[in-house]
Amino acid sequence: MSRTLVSVPKTAKVGEVIDIRAMIAHPMETGYRMGPNGQAIPRKIIRHFACEYDGEEVFSAEFHPAVSANPFVAFSTVATKSGALTFRWTDDDGKVETASAEIAVS
Amino acid sequence: MAFRLAFAAALLCAGIAVAQEIPPGERRSGTDFMSAETRAIQADDGSNPGMLWVLQGESLWKEPAGASRRSCASCHGEAATSMRDVAARYPAFDTASGAPVDLAGKIDQCRTTRQHAAGLPRESEELLGLSTYVGHQSRGLPIAPPDDPRLHAARAEGKRLFETRMGQLDLSCSSCHDANWRGRLGGSAVTQAHPTGYPIYRLEWQAVGSLQRRMRGCMVGVRAEPFAYGSAEFIALELYLAERAAGLALETPAVRP
Amino acid sequence: MNVRETGLIGRRGLILAGGAGLLVLALPPARALARPSLQEAVNGFTGGKPVETGKVKLDVPPLVENGNAVGVTVAVESPMTAGDHVRRIALFNEKNPQADVAVFTLGPRTGRGRLSTRIRLATSQTLIAVAELSDGSYWSSSANVIVTLAACIEDLS
Repeated sequence: MSRTLVSVPKTAKVGEVIDIRAMIAHPMETGYRMGPNGQAIPRKIIRHFACEYDGEEVFSAEFHPAVSANPFVAFSTVATKSGALTFRWTDDDGKVETASAEIAVS
Repeated sequence: MAFRLAFAAALLCAGIAVAQEIPPGERRSGTDFMSAETRAIQADDGSNPGMLWVLQGESLWKEPAGASRRSCASCHGEAATSMRDVAARYPAFDTASGAPVDLAGKIDQCRTTRQHAAGLPRESEELLGLSTYVGHQSRGLPIAPPDDPRLHAARAEGKRLFETRMGQLDLSCSSCHDANWRGRLGGSAVTQAHPTGYPIYRLEWQAVGSLQRRMRGCMVGVRAEPFAYGSAEFIALELYLAERAAGLALETPAVRP
Repeated sequence: MNVRETGLIGRRGLILAGGAGLLVLALPPARALARPSLQEAVNGFTGGKPVETGKVKLDVPPLVENGNAVGVTVAVESPMTAGDHVRRIALFNEKNPQADVAVFTLGPRTGRGRLSTRIRLATSQTLIAVAELSDGSYWSSSANVIVTLAACIEDLS
């Protein structure tokens, strides 16, 4: 089950810079940790995050193990037109999780 | 090393100060002891990672489970209405088992006896999700432990456990959280140990965990053998803690360092 | 003897890291030495081009309660137009097992040269934010963070 939390304003004026926050439930296992049995816990992190809006990627990030568990990022974009902002997280295994939020731009 | 020294210091303090209950007017949530940065993470739902567990709980709430093919919502409807203030009243007396039960135990009981589904183990993601979601419905409401005579014995037992020295460090909960809550243990505030925000997102855990997990951590800290999850001892402690924190507002999901 | 010593060091490393509230970043000492220095990491990002100080503001609390989630905000002075904007912002640390933290890609449609995230810091150390602008210039800002030791650590088992 995908657990993501994105906040995008419901409405905005054309040209307005809007604040966006995105978070996903993920342990961001560093690969440096040892389990109780002394075995290394294999690395498993979200490697890439991207936000697409109005046909274009407006922000993206490449994460390393030093990004906190349940990675959080806050950024902005310019409101251009009504539609969906889509968010995409890709982990080490290439597994993709997505979220989207609608905005009405006037 | 550093924490051992800190504990030794706490031990000395505990020897000097006489454990005394915190007067109601001086009761403060753990939030008051946190840095502005950690408080800011908790205050904003868009940045509070505990909300991810609330979301998971919300979807589990609506998901049919077990042989009954019923969801929590099938019987309880909208959690915002039916579960409002429930967490503020738990632990409560459970007539079926004839013993006090905490919220996680009650959810698990519903799961097995009403939904006829497999039980949810303590600290499982599902039980934490549901507990956090139900707890969240009481956010902002004061902790209101029921004045049920059937709970008196267990609550008194909880108080006794809270004040019992244990472990190699020979400290009781009360040694730190009644007598030395103004102090610091290494870099950390000692705090008054009020269960205002459980399940909490703890930065150290990098995840949401229960009050019992937190208490187990403290017990390991004083080098005591921790009580088992779901044990009568922990329920008794939870009962006493709720009474001790009566009137403080619930914050679920709280964020703690 | 050798085995015992290694075990001892490993255990100590674990306890120390745990003390910092960060079992996550505990690792054998040999691997810790293999990481590039802060300067090498920055050079890797800029391709060795000169990095100027200014334009970038790295905002991080000087003292944090837990190194597992340290809030970081980077703001770069830029009009964020098609002709003049921030292309990338990279974050590097001095003392984690790996120097890299994250690299963010921005553009005119990002609107502001500003972002926030939460990162892990294994211990007290220096952080640096480097911004690459659309004219190919690099700007940076650094900050020192003190990570206090957590008093109570929890058994992993």
